[in-house]
Amino acid sequence: MDAPAITDSKAPVLEVQGLRTVFHTSEGMIHAVNGVSFYLRAGELVGVVGESGSGKSVTMMSLMKLLPEPPAEIVGGSALLEGRDLLRLEPSALRHVRGGEIGFVFQDPMTSLNPVFTIGYQLTEPLREHLGMSRSEARARAIDLLSLVGIPTPEERLNDFPHQFSGGMRQRVMIAIALACDPKVLIADEPTTALDVTIQAQILELVKSLRQELGMGIVWITHDLGVVAGIADRVMVMYGGLVVEHARVSELYARPMHPYTRALLETLPSLDGTRSDRLRSIAGQPPHMTQAPSACPFAPRCTHVHDRCLAENPPLVEAAPGHDVACWWRPPEQVSESEVNADA
Amino acid sequence: MLDHAISDETLLSVQNLSKHFPVYKGIIRHQVGVIKAVDGISFDIRKGETLGLVGESGCGKSTAGRTILRLYDATEGTITFGGQNVAELSGESLRRIRPRMQMIFQDPQACLNPRMTVSSIIAEPLDEHATVKGRAKQDRVSELLDAVGMNPRFANRYPHEFSGGQRQRIGIARALALDPDFIVCDEPIAALDVSIQAQVVNLLEELQSRLGLTYLFISHDLSMVRHIADRVAVMYLGKVVELADREQLYADPKHPYTRALLSAVPIPNPEVETKRTRIILKGDVPSPANPPKGCRFCTRCPEAIEKCHSVEPDWRKLGDGRHVACHLAE
Ligand SMILES: Nc1ncnc2c1ncn2[C@@H]1O[C@H](COP(=O)(O)OP(=O)(O)OP(=O)(O)O)[C@@H](O)[C@H]1O
Ligand SMILES: Nc1ncnc2c1ncn2[C@@H]1O[C@H](COP(=O)(O)OP(=O)(O)OP(=O)(O)O)[C@@H](O)[C@H]1O
Ligand code: SF4
Ligand SMILES: [Mg+2]
Ligand SMILES: [Mg+2]
Repeated sequence: MDAPAITDSKAPVLEVQGLRTVFHTSEGMIHAVNGVSFYLRAGELVGVVGESGSGKSVTMMSLMKLLPEPPAEIVGGSALLEGRDLLRLEPSALRHVRGGEIGFVFQDPMTSLNPVFTIGYQLTEPLREHLGMSRSEARARAIDLLSLVGIPTPEERLNDFPHQFSGGMRQRVMIAIALACDPKVLIADEPTTALDVTIQAQILELVKSLRQELGMGIVWITHDLGVVAGIADRVMVMYGGLVVEHARVSELYARPMHPYTRALLETLPSLDGTRSDRLRSIAGQPPHMTQAPSACPFAPRCTHVHDRCLAENPPLVEAAPGHDVACWWRPPEQVSESEVNADA
Repeated sequence: MLDHAISDETLLSVQNLSKHFPVYKGIIRHQVGVIKAVDGISFDIRKGETLGLVGESGCGKSTAGRTILRLYDATEGTITFGGQNVAELSGESLRRIRPRMQMIFQDPQACLNPRMTVSSIIAEPLDEHATVKGRAKQDRVSELLDAVGMNPRFANRYPHEFSGGQRQRIGIARALALDPDFIVCDEPIAALDVSIQAQVVNLLEELQSRLGLTYLFISHDLSMVRHIADRVAVMYLGKVVELADREQLYADPKHPYTRALLSAVPIPNPEVETKRTRIILKGDVPSPANPPKGCRFCTRCPEAIEKCHSVEPDWRKLGDGRHVACHLAE
């Protein structure tokens, strides 16, 4: 399931540069996304992790222009889908991209499925609109899609309404809708967070098998570092509206560099390893985002904070091959590795 | 889990406890059935211990916790606490036992009145049970805030001025106000960020060892339960299907549902994850209004034999001391 290295040679399907989004609220400006850059290649899955409010959803909603403006305002950056800047597309062209070239799945399928239309209608409608299929073609494809995501007897379920499905099945239907037009990019925002673990395991298995079949690029937002470990090729860690670390999944878990990532991995209790008497915890609270970051956003909670962290926000730089980090500090093991090439 | 003294003394004993909710239909609201949210569960909790209660959404964990605290009346069964059957108490004797059993809720937001200051929220149980007044009451509030790691200067602020983790601390301070012996913690960290969860769990453990508290810790986070619990009970569709010491349960689960549940939990280690083979359960949890005949897990159990579809397995004690309800377990 590890993505083959060949994907590395391909040009990205999606390339986001310096994305910045603010919200104008009665209490002032919220700096939700403060210069986020990332790329996604065909056939790969990028996991996005970070705590509540770190800007994961707003980043993805911004690039699909799904945020109401106002209160939101995209104040900078670009989001190239195969060379076209999504942030500068005409509304009609954008509608074609959404649900066509970019599919999305959100956390709560009940809010994204329309309760008054049948599942069959909600599946065939984008096929007819985006791909110009006839009614019977669209119906046949809808049946294929439902069986692809593991809904038994799909012909019989087309006329059912969302409330007639369980939570796990609704999420499968959402995935089927997102996949309907063979998108180049699938954006999944906490698609399994509301589900039970045994149902989540079903969905994750499904996604693993579909990836091999479909070859699209997938962005998978989650706060669960376990989920990411199992399905992602690369991982972006967000904090305070910024990407603070980015690496291949094996590299990130084996050699985390950012103090936030390191602390996060240490606070997790383990299901299989040794148990510690006391959990490591991260003191303090996440930032308020009422100011654009002029210092490192993690500084107030960081155990390695020093003067420079308070004076200058560290840029995201490649600190080891394919491993980017935004931090003025470097882990001791990394420093010693590069200075004396001895194993510790 | 910090070192804490677990005595041999049983603090709470639940025997054959059930809570059924009637299902009504139509304008005249005649009863058409029952939801067997909790359906005959039994366990003991020793003084000073933490019993973890795990299982999927809707399996009856919260209902079990609330019934034990007499927030719901039990349909059947006994709840022995302090030498009395709490299920049968009423009036003054129920009022007298309530302070000894408290609850911490999942959503700290929902259970804190937004128009009350932190001080009055924490003092409310003190007022209700008229234990202390005036200066002594304010001192007690400060002491409680201090105990949960919050600055007593915050006493006159309102809940919305605090973060989720801080609000959960306020909820804990309130639960501690009357010096309880036993606390039902119902998903106390589920609404919190990962980086804040550890703060709250550490606090719960510190308080336990300092005050000799006994917890029923309800959670769907099996890794966290492994950290905090001494023993673990696994529920499925209103029944406890396995109850074992923590190490036994995680190292060698005996019930096929426990095995599937543990195997479904993602582990934050890519090397482990790629090598793991998962038990993927088919389908969804059946409705508790119409549970399957025989073993309730038979419709999804990968190991079910014919007998499982007709005969309900007994709640048995195995050689190693654990309890399990499965025909095949040995
Ligand atoms: N409509 C809005 N108005 C004002 N602020 C908003 C709005 N939507 C989001 N924000 C703010 O933007 C920031 C980023 O929010 P975002 O939803 O992207 O976080 P997230 O990383 O997806 O968190 P979660 O894990 O909770 O979903 C937060 O500080 C949030 O409060
Ligand atoms: N007051 C009530 N009236 C009717 N049915 C109820 C009531 N409370 C709970 N139920 C039902 O009883 C069953 C058990 O619910 P309960 O809330 O105890 O589950 P739970 O294990 O705590 O789930 P979760 O993990 O989602 O909190 C569910 O089917 C639920 O719909
Ligand atoms: S830049 Fe400084 S404060 Fe920020 S994470 Fe690195 S060491 Fe900590
Ligand atoms: Mg989000
Ligand atoms: Mg519950």
